[in-house]
Amino acid sequence: MSTLTRLRSRTPGDIAFTVLVSVSLVVIVFVTLYPIYFVMIASVSAPALVQAGDVSFIPKGINWFGYEQILNDSRIWNGYKNTLIYTVLGTAVNMLVTIPAAYALSRRDFAARRPLMLFFAFTMFFNGGLIPTYMLYKEIGLLNNMWVFILPSALNVYNLIIARAFYEHSLPEELYEAATLDGANHFQFFFKMAIPLSKAILSVIMLYYIVQHWNDFFTGLIFIRDYDKQPLQIVLRDILISNTAFAGGAGGAGGTGGGYGQQFADQIKYGVIVVSTLPVIILYPFLQKYFEKGVMIGSVKG
Amino acid sequence: MALTLDKPPKTAKVSKNGKPTGAGPRVKRHFSRQWQLWVMLIPAIGFTALFAYGPMYGIQLAFREFDFTKGLTGGEWVGLKYFVKFFESPQFWTLMRNTATISLTTLVFGFVAPIFLAILVNQVISRRRKRFTQTATYLPHFISIVVIVGMLQVFLSPSTGLITRFLGFFGIEGVNFLGSTSTFVPVYVISEVWQHCGWNSIIYLAALAGVNTQLYEAARIDGANRFQVIRHIDFPALVPTMVVLLILNMGGVLNAGFEKIFLMQNTLNLPVSEVISTYVYKIGIIGSQFSYSTAIGLFNTAINFAFLVITNQIAKRVSNTSLW
Repeated sequence: MSTLTRLRSRTPGDIAFTVLVSVSLVVIVFVTLYPIYFVMIASVSAPALVQAGDVSFIPKGINWFGYEQILNDSRIWNGYKNTLIYTVLGTAVNMLVTIPAAYALSRRDFAARRPLMLFFAFTMFFNGGLIPTYMLYKEIGLLNNMWVFILPSALNVYNLIIARAFYEHSLPEELYEAATLDGANHFQFFFKMAIPLSKAILSVIMLYYIVQHWNDFFTGLIFIRDYDKQPLQIVLRDILISNTAFAGGAGGAGGTGGGYGQQFADQIKYGVIVVSTLPVIILYPFLQKYFEKGVMIGSVKG
Repeated sequence: MALTLDKPPKTAKVSKNGKPTGAGPRVKRHFSRQWQLWVMLIPAIGFTALFAYGPMYGIQLAFREFDFTKGLTGGEWVGLKYFVKFFESPQFWTLMRNTATISLTTLVFGFVAPIFLAILVNQVISRRRKRFTQTATYLPHFISIVVIVGMLQVFLSPSTGLITRFLGFFGIEGVNFLGSTSTFVPVYVISEVWQHCGWNSIIYLAALAGVNTQLYEAARIDGANRFQVIRHIDFPALVPTMVVLLILNMGGVLNAGFEKIFLMQNTLNLPVSEVISTYVYKIGIIGSQFSYSTAIGLFNTAINFAFLVITNQIAKRVSNTSLW
């Protein structure tokens, strides 16, 4: 860092360079954040003003019509409830499956670790494909069953590799040897030493799994038929993309039917985006350093 | 250590029989510990065997005539019939062209953009500003695909959308971005880069953080300007990471993201947006042509896997970096 500080702004060329870098980054940050910000202000602004292009940085003609419609739409709350259940249960299963396996594979004295690692890693690059997967789920009764959100995704190999890398590089071998001398077995070492010492990486992996479940759209699309079992993302698809009409009126792309028109449909869409993404956006700044840590640790070894 | 572990429990027994101590009890102890490691692995092995390798067993469906009464593996063996059917079908070249166009364009831009961003962010000296930039650029990564496509729809809606209006200032008017064959791929790729560029730059920033600061010092003494520092110190430091990521990306060379393309599809852009994965979904899940769609899916996976292996081999020769 200090070296870089001294490098700063030595020649006119370097000053120009610094300016160029700063301007580029300001533009990049603006382009990244503005669309998200715009959705937030548009969701509480008068739809007519939004459509006319009068709303750019501060909300205008504040009204909560969109949110009122959303609050009264049972589909969204049912989807929310389902997604919450799938996320909580799914993440619990994920952690129970991933973390012990990662610990076991991190033990250098474990003879089977290389072939097992290959066994897991191969599935990252080769899979049976959609139809054989569908047939298998059908055979074992996972079609249209809520467990399809939880069991097949129980292990994410990428997360397994991250956790294993952490245990391999950050858990001192001396600690293990000392514990062994005191007569600890693997279970005891895992529960009493490895888990308490890896809280940071455990939260990273848990967050990865939470986001994965929260954003899962594919599973509901392919494997679930009953609408009351569908997760939030499928409901979102119907409102945002398929333009399914809200109970109170017509929101279709070319919908000319009664009720409110396209502009109100847009306001509802902005609101739905906010409602569905808010948990992530609120939590994100606090958790960001953990997310980042996960990538860093994972990159230590392939 | 490793050697003693490979020995069967017989060795442990021998030591029990009063053989000289030393390795004996240790081997026995190690073995008695390893069952616990196996117990910890059982759930992971079980789920992977069932849900990852299980469907692989079903791949034989691609070579069989699917028969509802006989189940997954009972149908008559038809060899490569369904592969030939796909190669000869009128959709084959369209699907190949669409899939390759979307995935290769994404691969190129999605690969280059994070490198640029990481180098840019690495120039920021103030820690607080650097952290803010990172936080901001990672954020879109966590937005779901459905919401991203939903945002694209409202922003790109003809005449009233935010981006449509913005482009209107530059004289670009009357374009239906999501309903036109010429804008589908750019919209797809730009939104991909927008969403993932920041997140994918983390790994490069980590590599840049590992650069020995003495190198900067030496470059300064030699009179290098900032651009030369990037060119001769930062960039070479990124190359190993770049190679590994390139290999991994090549493993998905025909993996145009199903969910996003599927959600962006409409009748107007279908000529360029129908890719292998969406086609498999339509004829397989919707159309129930199980054998045919399995064959197409397998063809796709096989090409990806071949690209992964080939790129890995080339990288091994050229830069001594490889996945295995």
